[in-house]
Amino acid sequence: MNRTLNRWRTWVWVLPAVILLVVFVYYPIVENIRLSFFSWSAFSARPTFVGLDNYRTAAADPVFWRSLLNNTLFAVTSLVFQVGFSLVLAAVLEEFVHQRLRGLLRTIYFIPAAISITVSGILFSFIYNPQIGLLNSALSAVGLDSWTHAWLGEQGTAMWSIIGMSQWQSFGYTAVLFVVAIQRVPREFYEAAKVDGAGPVRSFFTVTVPLVREMTTLIIILTISGAFLVFNEVMVMTAGGPSNTSQVLGTWLYRNAFMNDDMGYAAAIATVIFVITFAIAAVQLAVSRRRRIQW
Amino acid sequence: MVMTSAPTPAPVQRATLVRPVSRAHRIGGIFRVAARPLMWLGLVVLAIAVIYPLLWMVFSSFKDNSEVFNNPWGMPGELRWHNFAQAGQAGVVRYFTNSVIVTSASILTTTLISAWAAYGLVRLRIPFGGPVLLLLLGGLMVAPTVALIPLFGLLQRLGIFDTYWALIILYTAFRIPFTTFLIRAYMLDLSPDVDEAARLDGASRTQIFWRIILPMCRPILVSAALLQALFAWNEFVFALVFISNGDMKTLPVGLMDMQSRLLTDWPVQFAGLTMAALPMIVLFLIGQRQFLRGLSDGIGK
Repeated sequence: MNRTLNRWRTWVWVLPAVILLVVFVYYPIVENIRLSFFSWSAFSARPTFVGLDNYRTAAADPVFWRSLLNNTLFAVTSLVFQVGFSLVLAAVLEEFVHQRLRGLLRTIYFIPAAISITVSGILFSFIYNPQIGLLNSALSAVGLDSWTHAWLGEQGTAMWSIIGMSQWQSFGYTAVLFVVAIQRVPREFYEAAKVDGAGPVRSFFTVTVPLVREMTTLIIILTISGAFLVFNEVMVMTAGGPSNTSQVLGTWLYRNAFMNDDMGYAAAIATVIFVITFAIAAVQLAVSRRRRIQW
Repeated sequence: MVMTSAPTPAPVQRATLVRPVSRAHRIGGIFRVAARPLMWLGLVVLAIAVIYPLLWMVFSSFKDNSEVFNNPWGMPGELRWHNFAQAGQAGVVRYFTNSVIVTSASILTTTLISAWAAYGLVRLRIPFGGPVLLLLLGGLMVAPTVALIPLFGLLQRLGIFDTYWALIILYTAFRIPFTTFLIRAYMLDLSPDVDEAARLDGASRTQIFWRIILPMCRPILVSAALLQALFAWNEFVFALVFISNGDMKTLPVGLMDMQSRLLTDWPVQFAGLTMAALPMIVLFLIGQRQFLRGLSDGIGK
């Protein structure tokens, strides 16, 4: 009896963490799924059960689909720049750039990741600004006046302008993670490749790519789930406009919950986000459980 | 005639062995001659593309409105520090203070609670320790956005809506999983002999934790604290939804408010952005090594 009590006393160590997680992370998730079957507003006394109505609303809502598309565009573009481009960049830095300079370039590329999305979002809304912005001014300077736009104000360019800002902010972050992974590859592999006569391009594909695969998979997954959680940059730069063309799931949820006061529908959107990100995280878990490459 | 004379086996073998190598040499050769300068050009252009917007921000924060319009690429004519004073009065100082309070409090709670839990999980046989670990792992997968609507009601019922506590508690709860795993991975590499020696000297688990384990974990605690600082300083969703009092807002949300208030007072806006961006850039430059270790350990678990 006493022994059991003593054993349970060890719960003192994990109790604060467990309580915080259960109350502020797990309970809200479960509650959110439940609420998505109700129709209610922040100030209504009693939510009414409506079954799958909120999900039917989503299926028939063009802005919902537009948001999903925008999240997908975000994911695909980020894969190209933050995985493909960053991996090549990391390999080039490690292969060709002298130690000192390499550190400097790495630091420079990483800096945007240290500032808040709000700051970079507002900064880029100034850069895209037709009156004071650098972008139009640069285009005019090289004779491309016809390319100038009110970048965030036009339906065709708003979403891409936001996505572009995000690449500026994040490619250095993933490049640094790739650098860390490449540094973990034993030098002998590169030397062996060199002895066999492989040039830098060849050793990139035969040594670097396969041996940093684990990091690549993780970054791919982080990038995709990040793209489906995008919120801050859109809120700051366009708030989803013009005419909802740059709406993403997160901002559409926010708008329905706190502007349109349709909490039930917002909860349904949140559940969709949960399912998507949870599925991606489950893949991550399955992948990281797989045996690591041995050397 | 030549075709009828079958090649001897040896050259065939040689050819299959050598061909890919020589092709690689050719590509490598082209790469070295033509692509090297292009590569350097690319690296430099990229560095400028990253740095220039930030320099533009800093330069513009010293300009006046006409310079911002008419001389966007140039340096400011004089250093107008009063732009910063104005930005400070327009709210930046308030938001800054709020951010410092919320960030430092959540660093303290997150690292302590996480290190506390990590030690228990690593060194003690806790009943249902496995499920606790799974609970933490699951917490890694949950995105803040998804919990937003129920939390809105929950925080109101708890009476902490629109207080610093709302943000401090949420920033702690949502970061405990990541931070615990980060610290746990480090503790797993510590030798249990130290604990045992201290036990023999009559030290309690709590004493061991505070006096021996925490000091030994210093490097990873610094990394954890820096990553928490980066997270809390920049967090947006919770700060937007759970703080409605304008005086309580943190920098990311406050700056957005300020932008809609100041509209075309560009230099003051730029000054506000500069003031918000600088602390994290400086912190990153100082603690770069710890930042990167935390990132690579945290992500490579």
